[in-house]
Amino acid sequence: MSYIKRDRRAAWYMLAPALLMIGVFIVLPFLMSVILSFTDQRLVPNPNVPTSFIGWRNYVRLAEDGDFLNAFWRTATFTILVVPLQSVMGLGAALLINTKLPMRNLFRGIYFLPTVISMVVVSVIWSSLYQREGFFNYAVTALSFGAVQPIDWLQNPYTAMPALVLLSAWQGFPFQMVVYLAGLQGISQELYEAARIEGANRWQEFWHVTMPGLRNTHILVAITTTIFAFKLFTQVQLLTQGGPSSVTDTLVRVMYMQGFRQGKVGVGAAAAVVFFLLVLGISLVQRLLVKEERAIQ
Amino acid sequence: MTTKSERLLLLIVALVVVAFVLAPLFLMFATALKPDENQILRDLGNAHAFWINPSDISFKNFEAVLANKTFPILRYMLNSGIIVVSIVTIGIFVNSLAAFALARMQFTGRNLVIAFIVALIIIPMESVAIPLLLMMSAIGWVDTYKAQIIPFIAHPFSIFLFYQFFAAIPKDLDEAAYVAGASKLRTYWTIIMPLSLPTIATVAILQSLEYWNAYLWPLMVTRGSDARPVSLALAQFFSTPPPVWGNLMAFSVLMSLPILIVYFAFQRWFIQSTIGSGIKG
Repeated sequence: MSYIKRDRRAAWYMLAPALLMIGVFIVLPFLMSVILSFTDQRLVPNPNVPTSFIGWRNYVRLAEDGDFLNAFWRTATFTILVVPLQSVMGLGAALLINTKLPMRNLFRGIYFLPTVISMVVVSVIWSSLYQREGFFNYAVTALSFGAVQPIDWLQNPYTAMPALVLLSAWQGFPFQMVVYLAGLQGISQELYEAARIEGANRWQEFWHVTMPGLRNTHILVAITTTIFAFKLFTQVQLLTQGGPSSVTDTLVRVMYMQGFRQGKVGVGAAAAVVFFLLVLGISLVQRLLVKEERAIQ
Repeated sequence: MTTKSERLLLLIVALVVVAFVLAPLFLMFATALKPDENQILRDLGNAHAFWINPSDISFKNFEAVLANKTFPILRYMLNSGIIVVSIVTIGIFVNSLAAFALARMQFTGRNLVIAFIVALIIIPMESVAIPLLLMMSAIGWVDTYKAQIIPFIAHPFSIFLFYQFFAAIPKDLDEAAYVAGASKLRTYWTIIMPLSLPTIATVAILQSLEYWNAYLWPLMVTRGSDARPVSLALAQFFSTPPPVWGNLMAFSVLMSLPILIVYFAFQRWFIQSTIGSGIKG
């Protein structure tokens, strides 16, 4: 009995440092975010104008404010472009490595490299490729025999977003590759043998054995990539500052500009709360989809 | 089953992907090693961007970057090193200790605490950044290492990773230790932790990458070069016109080298830890 009692107390002592810090640095600021979003708090408070509760006004402002809605749609556009691209690249690379390719481990090690490079470094490198006198314009001009004029990839409203998508996919696809590799290795070899006995060709094998076998991996990849994509900020802030004509603005950037640069903490907090709810919604969808799968089996 | 020609085709495809993956990195290294900025500008406009003749190699850009007083890169790298090492080492103890209590000890409220921590995984740093900044400035921590270390030590996802691993270790081990008279803390330290090296590596790698490359939080919480990490310093160096590509790429190489070296030394663990992070969400 005393052993169990001692155990109980010891357990709480062991939990204390982590729980204390989680409380102070995650739960408290999160609650503050919610509360601040209903106030007109400023980053540098004006002593003559005390902070007061203003109800839903910050949220109403966000809903009516073109910038926030624009940022939402631009972030969604980025996500819709980058998630399939990155997932297909990741799946392709995983399938390649999962074959009888010679020196597979070497290839896997090389393919993984972009993910360990900082997004700031990636942005610097790709901006040199995208500049007016850069390699992309050289390639486009050469391939079109001079018919296409050089483009300012990051300054042109039609190409800025695809340019960001491409560099983000380059940096991010190894993550999907590794998760798909784990998924592929989880598919029983017997299924492939059975398919072969039935006379299935490679194409049929892929669609009827590999793809269904990866169902949960697809969900996992899609959801985690979507959440990553929603946090888009670094490359945008470095390369386009949301431009040109706000076509590359993002939710996190609006939060940063409103709450930090312009000092409107209340508005920034409201944007943060909406951002959190979106992320929460996305991950609940994942839970539902994966649960449903378990229920079927 | 796989014929020779199929294998050759696979190899060709694999090499094309290698080119796509490595080209930007070759550009970074080649440009950093070219001495003449005018030549660099010309090379960036064609396929020479990705290559340098071994005879042209020069460390001029590296010397310039290391001598730059406005952007003291070694100071920034030291800052990042201090921040990352502190978060990772203290974090491993704090988080694994909490996970040990949750996975291997009996107490009321245990399941509630587990549910609470799992629920917190979903809160993105971005959505608490502004109140956290208010807190930091209220206690005078702006522009310090502390502000970049202490808030990130306790990490729900790391606790969860440790918890999953600890829960799978057979309970007999603890009982044997108890019979032998070992305290819980001793069991944690001498039995459970040595068994957990893969999870420790996973957590260390994920955290190191995240904080070595941190951008948004340092952008808000640092002012001068005293506590500024290297990623943010590169961002500011890059935003100072006009871009001197040779210097920028040398800076990028210097900043990437520590991570690349660690990556080549512990490659398998990096890939393993990425799979671990995929469970998140």
